[in-house]
Amino acid sequence: MEQFEQKKGKPIKQSNRIKFWIGGLLIISAIVYLIVSSTQANAQYFLTVEELQAKGDQMIGHDVRVSGAVIGDTIQYDPQSLKLTFEVANVPGDNKVIEEQGGLAAVLHAAVNDANQPRLKVVYNDVKPDLLKNEAQAIMTGKLGNDGVFYAQELLLKCPTKYEEALPQQSGG
Amino acid sequence: MIANIGYGALCITLVIAVYGIVAAIYGSQRKSPYWVDSARNAMLLTFPLLTLSVIALEILLVNGNYELDYVASVTSKSMPLYLKITALWGGQAGSLVFWTWVMSAFASAVTLRNWERDREFLPWVIVVALVTLTFFLGLIIFVENPFARVWVFGGSVIVKSMFPPAGAALFFQEDGRGLNPLLRHPGMIIHPPMLYIGFVAFVIPYAFAIAALITGRTDDRWIRITRRWTLVAWLFLSLGLLLGGRWAYDVLGWGGYWGWDPVEISALMPWLTGTAFLHSVMIQEKRGMLKHWNMVLIILTYDLVIFGTFLTRSGVLSSVHAFAQSSIGPLFFGFIGLTFVVSLSLLLNRWNELKSEAHLTSLLSREALFLLNNLLFLGILVVSFWGVIFPLLSELITGQKVTVGPPFYQRATAPLFAGLLLLMGIAPLSAWRHSTVQTLGKALWKPTIVSLFGPLIAAVFGIHYWAALLGFWLVAFVASVTFYEYGRAVIARSHSRSEPIWRAFWELAGRNRRRYGGYIIHLGVAMMGLGIIGVEMFQTETQGTIGPGQELKLGHYSISYDSIAIFDTSDGRNVARAVVNIYKDGHLVGEVYPRRDYYYESQQPMTIPGVRSTMEDDLYVILVDWKPVSTSMATFKIYHNPLVNWLWLGGLVFILGALVAAWPDRDEQTVRVKKKKESLVRSNA
Repeated sequence: MEQFEQKKGKPIKQSNRIKFWIGGLLIISAIVYLIVSSTQANAQYFLTVEELQAKGDQMIGHDVRVSGAVIGDTIQYDPQSLKLTFEVANVPGDNKVIEEQGGLAAVLHAAVNDANQPRLKVVYNDVKPDLLKNEAQAIMTGKLGNDGVFYAQELLLKCPTKYEEALPQQSGG
Repeated sequence: MIANIGYGALCITLVIAVYGIVAAIYGSQRKSPYWVDSARNAMLLTFPLLTLSVIALEILLVNGNYELDYVASVTSKSMPLYLKITALWGGQAGSLVFWTWVMSAFASAVTLRNWERDREFLPWVIVVALVTLTFFLGLIIFVENPFARVWVFGGSVIVKSMFPPAGAALFFQEDGRGLNPLLRHPGMIIHPPMLYIGFVAFVIPYAFAIAALITGRTDDRWIRITRRWTLVAWLFLSLGLLLGGRWAYDVLGWGGYWGWDPVEISALMPWLTGTAFLHSVMIQEKRGMLKHWNMVLIILTYDLVIFGTFLTRSGVLSSVHAFAQSSIGPLFFGFIGLTFVVSLSLLLNRWNELKSEAHLTSLLSREALFLLNNLLFLGILVVSFWGVIFPLLSELITGQKVTVGPPFYQRATAPLFAGLLLLMGIAPLSAWRHSTVQTLGKALWKPTIVSLFGPLIAAVFGIHYWAALLGFWLVAFVASVTFYEYGRAVIARSHSRSEPIWRAFWELAGRNRRRYGGYIIHLGVAMMGLGIIGVEMFQTETQGTIGPGQELKLGHYSISYDSIAIFDTSDGRNVARAVVNIYKDGHLVGEVYPRRDYYYESQQPMTIPGVRSTMEDDLYVILVDWKPVSTSMATFKIYHNPLVNWLWLGGLVFILGALVAAWPDRDEQTVRVKKKKESLVRSNA
């Protein structure tokens, strides 16, 4: 087949093959460039409340992602202005640690009821998500303000206490 | 009792599966049809046994046997019957049972086909199917057992186990915890099984690929046998992804359909390699090229399917999806790693036999453009994979978790998707083997000119953003090329056979299903592209608090709050339902009923938007807050989603096209029989 091909058509030139290699490499480098530049532009630290507060000033003004346990009593919502404020308590970021302490539900419960855990005040301006309640895990994307308050642009919630199955994104940015 | 039957059936299946693997390998080595037949019978026996297990689990779910932890975790007394039945795949353990059941059904169906010409494949197809089955059965039996009961010691300690621990009593729960209200939506009920069926069906072409590598019969026979399976797998996977998107749009209340969540991505990844595979096998069939590449693609697809099954059901990533903490992670990674390494070494072993029969001759030939399409699909795959593992990698290397969100995926994949649309327009008009700028230009200039009307019309409507105009052009380009190609063929046929147009259209699709099904799919993609551009680039929103009779404006639209009703329902909900009038340019165009359901049992509110839907746009109204009296103020949030219905309509067209492509060819069968008869006649002569 190969020889037949070469006899019938023009002989396959070396330059032709080089052309394909150059084309392929160009596309691959374009894809690599897209990935690298998009990562640089959009990478966010994923921190626990404790880590965020430890880094303090360093993090002010940067986009970061923070995870914490929602403290039900602190939820305040003004539907007129859609201003939502609440506090989250520190939960460990490491899955292993969470596992050792008896699973996410137990960790969230302990965090909310432990007054010694570092706490973070959060402000979010949008519709109050259905899943926002006591002992839910909140994953927030936003910026830490000079006042030590976290201004969230995006708020994701999950409630492992009751359900084990899929619970996707509750609110988008 | 019933739980014991279900569990027993699983255990027997495991033993039979292991026996089948051994018998198939032995039979293949000894060239003994007796042992291979025995292996085939073992394969066939797994299906009734797993069916028994599924029936047992269904009975327990419907009866509400809450002493079973799984039953208690996914059902409750107040749930309607259909939700109790579908709770089979409502949690991790049940989903795994469902997975193995479908796997066994598909593999059994394959072993029942006519093997006359492909005898040597049979034992190895059985081995691959049974190894996969054994892995999942092992997981279910030893780690994630849906039949496990809850036991209690001396009134306090609770243990989950299949058999009673010494001195323990059965722990009866009054009621189950039930399925999350957010998941009680038709789209969400059929979304997981569609995805799973798609996942499982991809195991079949993989099994044949491995059989081809082991037996050394490395021509394109394995591809031809599994062509239909691949299309069916792809059809279901696509349907699953679309249903998931529709569910998000209907239920999650943020006017979106895809959030680049790791779990969504894990379902998308095998779809990407599968789509690349669907295209590149055509090159192998036509030109005998890309044989290594196709093997790599199907191996990747298989392992991504396993990876996807795992990701959706484990807590390894901080996804908002399933946060089931479970110990199956290392087992999954072990299995994925093992199958990947074994598959690749089989491929390396046959590397030289898989040489291309031809070379790429022209940069613009059909095969070169298909190769480019493959590169772009793989590019999107790499972006997705990178985004999913980046947090894990960064934590490993720097000790600090760094994540990337939806903007990362949008930015990195948008140019690649645009490139795919461009190729979708060019490739159908390029020729195999040899294509030059002249020949391609000659074929393309007419549809290209027509497609320029797309951005032109958009510009007339006042859209000047370059990316949107480019997007509109690409979508119009794909659509016009598709219509041009299909239309030309229809008219030619209708002239030459003096058939009516509709008949020619139908007959053509029937003659070459993959080709014309493919065109319908391309058209569906163009329509979906239109919807995606509309929502991603032109979505607007506003919010406000208004009293009865007052208005809230958004662009050409305004809504006025009419009244609210608050009542309890018989299935344990408290419903607050508002009546809202929609005006467009001052004219009343409709009425919607945004509401908030509060589920007493799970203490979970659920926001259901009121949507006025047209092909032009959706007005998506969310009830945010209210006072119990109709005369008070209520707060609404409104999204304006231009063109979003093209996404759903395009999805329907897409699935229709996939159905056409995957539908069995009657002609193909008759041709085969004819050829066989001819060869028989010849050998007799």
